[in-house]
Amino acid sequence: MIEKTAAELSQALANGEISSVELTQSYLDRIKKYNEELNSYITVCEESALVQAKEADKKRVHSDSSPLLGIPLAHKDIFCTNGVTTTCGSRMLHNFIAPYDATVVGKLNDAGVVMLGKTNMDEFAMGSSNETSFFGPVRNPWDTNRVPGGSSGGSAAAVAADLCTMATGTDTGGSIRQPAAFCGITGFKPSYGRVSRWGMIAFASSLDQAGPLTKSAEDAALMTNVMAGLDKKDSTSIDKPVEDYTATLNDSLEGLKIGIPKQHFAEGLTADVEKGIQEALCEYEKLGASITEVDLPNNHLSVSAYYVVAPAEASANLSRYDGVRYGYRCANPVDLEDMYNRTRSEGFGEEVKRRILVGTYALSAGYYDAYYRKAQKIRRLIKNDFVETFKEVDVIIGPTSPHTAFELGTKTDPVTMYLEDIYTIAVNLAGLPAISIPAGIANGLPLGMQIVGRDFGEAQILNVAHQFQQQTDWHRQKPNFGQET
Amino acid sequence: MEWESVIGLEVHVSLSTKSKLFSGTASEFGAEPNTQANIFDLALPGTLPVFNEEALKMAVRFGLAIGADIGKHSVFDRKNYFYPDLPKGYQVTQLDFPIVGKGSLTITLEDGTEKVISVTRAHIEENAGKSLHEEFSARSGIDLNRAGEPLLEIVSEPEITNAKEAVAYLKKLHSIVRYLDISDAIMAQGSMRCDVNVSIRPKGETDLGTRTEIKNINSFRFVEKAIKSEIIRQHEVIEDGGEVLQETPRYDANKDITTSMRSKEVENDYRYFPEPDLLPVVIDDSYISAVKAELPELPDAKKERFIEEFSLSTYDAGVLTATREMAEYFEEVTQGCGDAKLAANWVTGDLLALLNKNDIEITESPIQSDRLATLISRIKDSTVSGKIAKTVFETMIDDSAAVDEIIEQKGLKQVTDSGEIGKLVDEVITNNPDQVQQFKDGKEAVLGYLVGQVMKISQGKANPGKVNELLREKIK
Repeated sequence: MIEKTAAELSQALANGEISSVELTQSYLDRIKKYNEELNSYITVCEESALVQAKEADKKRVHSDSSPLLGIPLAHKDIFCTNGVTTTCGSRMLHNFIAPYDATVVGKLNDAGVVMLGKTNMDEFAMGSSNETSFFGPVRNPWDTNRVPGGSSGGSAAAVAADLCTMATGTDTGGSIRQPAAFCGITGFKPSYGRVSRWGMIAFASSLDQAGPLTKSAEDAALMTNVMAGLDKKDSTSIDKPVEDYTATLNDSLEGLKIGIPKQHFAEGLTADVEKGIQEALCEYEKLGASITEVDLPNNHLSVSAYYVVAPAEASANLSRYDGVRYGYRCANPVDLEDMYNRTRSEGFGEEVKRRILVGTYALSAGYYDAYYRKAQKIRRLIKNDFVETFKEVDVIIGPTSPHTAFELGTKTDPVTMYLEDIYTIAVNLAGLPAISIPAGIANGLPLGMQIVGRDFGEAQILNVAHQFQQQTDWHRQKPNFGQET
Repeated sequence: MEWESVIGLEVHVSLSTKSKLFSGTASEFGAEPNTQANIFDLALPGTLPVFNEEALKMAVRFGLAIGADIGKHSVFDRKNYFYPDLPKGYQVTQLDFPIVGKGSLTITLEDGTEKVISVTRAHIEENAGKSLHEEFSARSGIDLNRAGEPLLEIVSEPEITNAKEAVAYLKKLHSIVRYLDISDAIMAQGSMRCDVNVSIRPKGETDLGTRTEIKNINSFRFVEKAIKSEIIRQHEVIEDGGEVLQETPRYDANKDITTSMRSKEVENDYRYFPEPDLLPVVIDDSYISAVKAELPELPDAKKERFIEEFSLSTYDAGVLTATREMAEYFEEVTQGCGDAKLAANWVTGDLLALLNKNDIEITESPIQSDRLATLISRIKDSTVSGKIAKTVFETMIDDSAAVDEIIEQKGLKQVTDSGEIGKLVDEVITNNPDQVQQFKDGKEAVLGYLVGQVMKISQGKANPGKVNELLREKIK
């Protein structure tokens, strides 16, 4: 049962084949058995999960038929969960117990989900390998010597290893899509403003967006149905009605125009991944879609622009961690200056400090125009590239990452690590929705395909992803890890 | 060499919205520390700001009241610095696109002339909390009740040339924001406070000298004194062959001097950038005209009307419109007694003297407007003379009884009965034969003396008109 999608489990629960308590217990058992090796959870909420499961089973008796009722999930530890430690993968918040629920958490709770625990992540979502976590790296269930991707690495690994049915994640520059690609699961980043950021610990406010990590596009649609919507507590959330994203999953792709950005098939892309994506595109042609090459001329500027805008925003967003009100405070500060210095030096890890410094520099008097203002200009150019391209095509498809999961500890140079997100970052700068789905296996490792849609074109890319998953079974492939024989 | 001083003011006015600028927390003065701070005010991870539109409306009201350009697309920015009472590590303010652009207001100088002072801009920002250093030994306390309260920072052009003008400008701002009902503007409580920029330069020079900034002055009197002493300090520095440095000197109210605080502190780089958690504030003409339609009558307009409608002197009209409460009080008295001229005399005269003497606000006046109106009515209907009315007024301060009751009880009612006054007149004629003769001889002025004598023995109660009339009749 534990390997099933949420949609399938929903059926099983409705038919009485299994109860939520039984299902929850099996996941808890697996977590006990396998989490030590994977390190995908920071916190496991055994007791409260069983209470929630019992509650869900009770509701079902009273004919509650919410599709996610009783489905066990995990939250990335970036979402505030009332009464539960919320660390953001940092020593700074290792002891922070949130006194409130993030909007996303509240909405999913209302839909009757069971929270198994909080998943590991790169510290403050800064990283592409989950190696920056204060709580140690997460391992990829496909090969435990390899990284699961980041920053939502814990969520991706947990879904892939069947330590939950589905999980939440956040994506600032690829943090849902890249780990989904590395772990062979489905990861969906909705349009900026589609899902509330209230209660989601900020990294870069103008780029951060929450989304689901799941075992299928259909599950992503089910979760997005619950997560999306206007939230008056988040001024940047958008007042647009939420569609039923499951309603159009089965629409035909006959006549669909797919754009292939030449910049995503250029130098740097490994042959394995390219081959896998080309084969996947053939599936779309079989479904009646047409494929044309498109140009995103400013794509090569996206990583540079991102590494100005995101650190700049982060440098301010992380100022609140000063040891005054909550979280880590250094021992025996001699004065205020000392408290600030040591609290922040000791509380933050290397990558977080690096980005705070970069952001602080980019915003400094005399450098603002050269960096921050210029990056904002590039951001507009990148957005415009997409606007122009979407006049010609319906969706843009390419690889999620240039390669499959790499080995732990092999990417030590920050810039090499930053280039991990070369295909995903532009999408955040433009605020567009995008999904990564498994599209093949190369040398025993999954590879991911990214589908980018128009602003608020969530329904369309979910439909395009789902149709692919109706034709192929890449999303059904499982790592050997944790397979009981 | 003759020198002149150039002064610019940055005034922070605390907007009296029901809740804070971005968090929905109530914000009342004087609550227990940290009882008015929610998860956003404490800058807990994951919390986000939501702009309070009441603050927007108040800022637009102010902008319209000073004839300013209203920013139809204003933007919030983050101003970054670390301080324990600044929970987020940045203050949300407006840098390049403020809600209120260039406007102006008119001040009246002591000699009665008017001067227009330009306002450069006014923007919305959030207040910081309060650090308490005294109450704790070797520790500091932080009270975040005030953190996130909406402020309007109003920046003047450097067009003020002396301390008195600065105070007149401040008082005018004070008056306007109170007329608009957008702030209590109580300097002693910090809901209005001001930073003063002062520089001096040789008279006729167009370039500005190096300015210093005296921060957080919290009374009109201190503003005047601080400016005066800072101008003196700068003169002394230059006379001693020195150079005025850009710094923030401290004003010591006890010693009445400003002292240089030359420190090694490097200038802060606030690293402003647009606040990504908030959208730009976009307003249209219909919003602006709706706010405009709700504007109350402002001090200048009211002053004009008082001059027109009630034939008051410019001076009296100025005094009576200086605060909204004063103007309301005056209009209530006028309405109650039907005589604006008398009302103006009483309010600007005896009443104001009483308030000033006891240092109380007109809203706290022991003599309410309706009672003063009744008193004036009693002068008009000849129940009491103007002189006796002053006695009644004095009694009214401590006696809350009805005016008529006081007059009755104290037997202060004016005597108008011809018979009764006649007796007194006869008595005076008998006792003052010389003066009576002089009057008969045509010395008209003596009549005043005789009237006075009658008034005296009537203990002021006789109707002076009647006395006059009877004296003339009887001496003839």
